Amino acid sequence: MSIETNETFRPKIVAFCCNWCSYAGADLAGSSRLSYPADVKIIRVPCSCRVNPMFILRAFEKGADGVILCGCHPGDCHYSTGNYYARRRMTLLFSMLDYLGVENGRTRVEWVSAAEGVKFSQTMNEFVEKVRSLGRNVRLEDLRCRN
Amino acid sequence: MYKIARENLSALFRAIAAEQELYLPVRTAGQVNYGIWTEDAEVDLDTLKSVKSPKDVFFPQSETLYTCVKEGRRLTVEPEALKEQRFVVFGMKPCDVQGVRVLDQVFLAEPADSFYAARREHGTVVSLACREPEESCFCKVFGVDCTEPSADVAVWFAGDDLLWKAQTEKGEQLTVMLGGLLEEASGQEQSLLEEEKEKTRRIVGELPYMELSLDGWDGNAVEERFGSSLWEELYRPCLACGTCTFVCPTCQCYDIRDYDTGNGVKRFRCWDSCMYSDFTMMAHGNNRTSQMQRFRQRFMHKLVYFPANNDGMYSCVGCGRCVEKCPSALNIVKVVKAFEKEGGAEA
Amino acid sequence: MQELRERAAALLADGTVDRVLGWRAGDMPWNPEPAYFETQESLRDFVYDGFCGANLSKYMIEASKLDGKTLVCLKPCDTYSFNQLLKEHRVDRDKAYIIGVGCRGKLDMEKIRAHGIKGIRTIRGAGIEEDEKTLSIDTIYGQKSISYEDAMLSRCHVCKGKEHRIFDEQLGTSKETQDADRFAEVERIEAMSPEERFAFFQKELSKCIRCNACRNVCPACSCRKCVFDSTKFDSAQKANSDSFEEKMFHIIRAFHVAGRCTDCGECSRVCPQGIPLHLFNRKFIKDIDVFYGEYQAGADAESKGPLTSYTIEDVEPGIVGERG
Repeated sequence: MSIETNETFRPKIVAFCCNWCSYAGADLAGSSRLSYPADVKIIRVPCSCRVNPMFILRAFEKGADGVILCGCHPGDCHYSTGNYYARRRMTLLFSMLDYLGVENGRTRVEWVSAAEGVKFSQTMNEFVEKVRSLGRNVRLEDLRCRN
Repeated sequence: MYKIARENLSALFRAIAAEQELYLPVRTAGQVNYGIWTEDAEVDLDTLKSVKSPKDVFFPQSETLYTCVKEGRRLTVEPEALKEQRFVVFGMKPCDVQGVRVLDQVFLAEPADSFYAARREHGTVVSLACREPEESCFCKVFGVDCTEPSADVAVWFAGDDLLWKAQTEKGEQLTVMLGGLLEEASGQEQSLLEEEKEKTRRIVGELPYMELSLDGWDGNAVEERFGSSLWEELYRPCLACGTCTFVCPTCQCYDIRDYDTGNGVKRFRCWDSCMYSDFTMMAHGNNRTSQMQRFRQRFMHKLVYFPANNDGMYSCVGCGRCVEKCPSALNIVKVVKAFEKEGGAEA
Repeated sequence: MQELRERAAALLADGTVDRVLGWRAGDMPWNPEPAYFETQESLRDFVYDGFCGANLSKYMIEASKLDGKTLVCLKPCDTYSFNQLLKEHRVDRDKAYIIGVGCRGKLDMEKIRAHGIKGIRTIRGAGIEEDEKTLSIDTIYGQKSISYEDAMLSRCHVCKGKEHRIFDEQLGTSKETQDADRFAEVERIEAMSPEERFAFFQKELSKCIRCNACRNVCPACSCRKCVFDSTKFDSAQKANSDSFEEKMFHIIRAFHVAGRCTDCGECSRVCPQGIPLHLFNRKFIKDIDVFYGEYQAGADAESKGPLTSYTIEDVEPGIVGERG
């Protein structure tokens, strides 16, 4: 694979979305005809706290350039407290990745409710733009997946 | 016999590396392991033992065997190429060379392992004699003379020089290639070398493990050693990590696994350790279900099963890496001594 | 040491304990091994000196499955691990008789070797009671010496203190060995540029041979089946086939013990490649302290861990980027 320049580079983005809010938020974005880049691949999870750090590292391993986790706003978790735990875990994980020298713009957590189609679309647009500016993920990829 | 001044060694390495890949002990982040020579590599020939043995030059910790790629409905299978270029390993200690001989028994026996065989065929080993062996060394127990390397080329430090002696055809070829850098060694230097060797042999004689007795450890001892109650006692501090097996120059067990690349599979093999709970895992489960059994396996293999199948050759070379590295201070010497003590108590 | 041996013998004799988990003399001055003693006679080989560095709390997981009580010798730092294991129901308090042993810092053979000391015959000054500030080492290559401090494990220079957090009785005296700031190394790395940090960890982790010594020695790694041994999915890699693997393993391992790691330093002690693995754990500890308030795992056996609790006002993950 040739080295792509930033103009043509289309990042691969994995978005973990909570079933109860953000996933519905993405639906709303769709039905409201709001656009967000097709580079975002959504994986539906039952709750933001279902996402364990290995999911995020695996996504990077297999070629993702950015990973975003979307869940219910704090206080609105379908299971009452899941997103509070997710918040602590992701804070620590992102800090660790930063410590290891991985560009911190590649990871993000955003709280998006089922009513926030606009926010979903905006967040994804922003995030894709940010990752695009960072370029390809080389610090956390498994070279074996490169062919 | 030839010689080269110690200060000219980097010129020697540069000359070898210009023609062939050169592996030698390199210090990285504080630890010495064998690695490829580069202009900035911090070569360390003074540290007696590299952390990992140099066996990974011939038998890498992990290597791809073949790659499958799926494109649409097409599936391609590409076997990994065998080593085709010649390379040099510089600085292997006599015990590590003996370790490679043990590996040869395993990988070159029919059907030969083509990956290993190709590396052996293309590799030229330059073995460096030891000068200041350490208390954890016990190579003499396994018939290794650390002052007399037997490899393609044997080298010694003596005074300010490195003395060089080709011992095989491959060694001669390398010597010819480096002709411009090597000078004929004089009789004086050779007698200095003999003095150095004598000094080292005297030290070997003083080392605590060198007189270890292997009485009772041979291919015929299967029943008696396997059934001993001592294992129950000996294994207890074992943490079941794989340190001893991964630093060992003779441990040769490996596992073959598939790595999912997303659009295919890379089949690779990697070192395995008999200390691990999933070692030789099969559909029905595992042969060895307790850590005692796994611990016993390691020493039985080295001192009983291997000699039984290889004309009495032990698969331990006395390098002492496990002695230094075990987190629980267990090692093969303690095992041998425990049996010796037990035998003494019974008699 | 004599006092400890006598006390162990007495407790064994009067039936208070069924076995003693301590140390058996090695065949070198520097390699005593953790061992169980069940008879008065076997206690002849009992030793306790500066080379008895391993954290015996980990062994108490297995010892808790045995019948009867086990006497265990714990240094102050080991007692944190014991508390933590107690909190996680991995050890049984009723099956342990803890002698809190005094500690004046434990010794590191790697440090001694790094001083060029080899061919060791005997070592003097490594006893726990001794006040000698220097180790006198008789070697085949002559008489050598090194100060006790220079030969000490790195973790002892950031010692958590002399206090045993849990014990049945205490024996011996402890010495203050802390002379460095616990988070200084972490801060040094944080101050680097992302490129430098990446290069630093890449270099260190490239040495990893996946021997799992760090995991197996770790008292916080007490899972019956580790995720990295699971044959059910492809995290069970036995070797670093790619530079990603070593990062994955060490990040996840550190994460799994985050909030539970007492910073006992065993991981760095046992790493055959000398990788400063504590830098991962200590980073998490530092972040937890900053984000969620100071917390020392194992200081007690009751409090809730930082990753199993939350507050409504917790910082958002975005702080990592904002912090710069």
